[in-house]
Amino acid sequence: MSTVAERAPGRVQETTPSPGRFRAGRLLVPTLAWVAAIGFFFPVFWMFITGFKHEADAFTSPPKLVFSPTLDQYRAIFDRDFAPFLINSATATVLSTLLVLALAIPCAYGLAVKPVQKWRDVLFFFISTRFLPIVGAIVPIYVIARDAQLLDTVTALIILYTAMNMPIAVWMLRSFFLEVPTAIMEAARIDGATLRQELVRIVLPLVAPGIAATALICVIFAWNEFFFAVNLTASQAATVPVFLVGFITSEGLFWARLSAAATMACLPVLLAGWIAQKQLVRGLTMGAVK
Amino acid sequence: MTVTEDRAKQRAVALRERAAKAAVERRNRWGRRSLILPAMLYTIVVTQIPFVITIWYSLQSWNLLRPGTRHFVGLDNYGKVFTDAGFRTAVVNTVFFTASAVLFSLVIGLVLAILLDQRFRGRAVVRTLLISPFLIMPTAGALLWKTTMFNPVFGIVNFVLKPFGVGTLDWASRFPMPTIITVAVWQWTPFMMIILLSGLQSQSTDILEAARVDGAGGWQIFRRLTLPHLRTYLELCVLLGSIFIVQTFDSIFIITQGGPGQATTNLPYFLYLQAFRRFEIGQAAALAIVTTIGTIVIATIALRVLSNLFKGEELAPR
Repeated sequence: MSTVAERAPGRVQETTPSPGRFRAGRLLVPTLAWVAAIGFFFPVFWMFITGFKHEADAFTSPPKLVFSPTLDQYRAIFDRDFAPFLINSATATVLSTLLVLALAIPCAYGLAVKPVQKWRDVLFFFISTRFLPIVGAIVPIYVIARDAQLLDTVTALIILYTAMNMPIAVWMLRSFFLEVPTAIMEAARIDGATLRQELVRIVLPLVAPGIAATALICVIFAWNEFFFAVNLTASQAATVPVFLVGFITSEGLFWARLSAAATMACLPVLLAGWIAQKQLVRGLTMGAVK
Repeated sequence: MTVTEDRAKQRAVALRERAAKAAVERRNRWGRRSLILPAMLYTIVVTQIPFVITIWYSLQSWNLLRPGTRHFVGLDNYGKVFTDAGFRTAVVNTVFFTASAVLFSLVIGLVLAILLDQRFRGRAVVRTLLISPFLIMPTAGALLWKTTMFNPVFGIVNFVLKPFGVGTLDWASRFPMPTIITVAVWQWTPFMMIILLSGLQSQSTDILEAARVDGAGGWQIFRRLTLPHLRTYLELCVLLGSIFIVQTFDSIFIITQGGPGQATTNLPYFLYLQAFRRFEIGQAAALAIVTTIGTIVIATIALRVLSNLFKGEELAPR
């Protein structure tokens, strides 16, 4: 612990000519970091390669790192009708994200451009809805969905995922809007632009990267959501996480096939997250940390 | 005469101007409100109304499997919740699980953040690899840990631990709580790490350098400068982490099914059992209300911290 802490002010080390004792540290930090990275990433790596194994190669002791790869598992998954689950997940994710953006962009702008009275209360209202446990509302949501014939429909998931992502989107977008220089908006206002014109023509193009980052965060949460999906859907609207769970109970333990399905389930979000990793921290802290 | 007329005219003009200005201002205010309201109304309808209905349900005896027996029972369900030994176990499990998972992921996340704050070859790759567990679909992550990692015979964990004399240990049934804590720590450490890394990188290098020039040692700098600077970030990690981790459902549903016995049943899983296995809507609702009130206590503290973070923000009209 103390050896790690000793390296804390790393940027300082760069500027001071280092005495000999830092040389060991120069090796220690990368070594520790790489060991940790490999350790944390190993389950993901193992999932990826297991998906290309024959089932017999997946169950071995000791575990096999070298094997003859196959695409059989991927074929088998699509034979077992994986496609509808993927389509349900994609539909719920994309439509809920679009709906979130449509509602949250004007809202965040209204809160950023010129605070309404009690703007702080509005912001904290949004965030408080995210802090309440989902389980607190699942019972009436289930009953209402049942009475409204919305059980086992993607519509129900879209409605709920939109509400789930709204607070994060509003907070995150607002933090991007606040970074737009005031002078630009004032100039537009002097030219007689209305609030809406100002938003659509001038501000939106400037915060496009921020909107993309917000959309990615919403996509991640919607794509990975399990609790609503498992409780509110059955055969028609079930999403990818539900497919994964059903897979293991109905077919016993087919590790290679499971790994192939899990790889496909994780890949979209993994890639999106890697691309957006600079923005990730902002989304996860509701824009509080940049 | 004309003087007073002029004055009256002037006053009228001034009044009209003021009225026009007020109208514009009003229109602007309504313009802003109309921007904000749709999102607010949507959120109120979808998240707050079900919650109010939950309160109503919690006052009734209502089992979906016995239609026609629904009736008002007042606070009976709450009495049942508080006298239920299962509920108390679930509370204890939830607190223990959340506290351990938050603590371990925070400490490991801090160490990793400190490592990543240094310059070394492949730092970007290391960071990318380290954030991956957080991006993995929790359902998939839980399934993989249950099968390829923790399986007694073919799992990686026992393979790695073999030199240390661990045989075919069934982690999920022998050590259920440490098992799900491990999975949670694996999943949430990246979350803590990236927040703390932002904190470290927002530290002014000038101050650190000045301290170094003044002869402060590495540990001293860390204790006296870095930790105080990180305080807000650590608070944010603990609070957001607790709020998310307390709701853990996927890994418990998949790896242990809340067992063996009740060993890993937390509140969300307990509520799931009440509502969707026994279909006791009234009792599940009462349980939901109690859980929510508990969470509100934590959330209030969280909001206060967040609010402090935003205090420095410019509030002037733009």
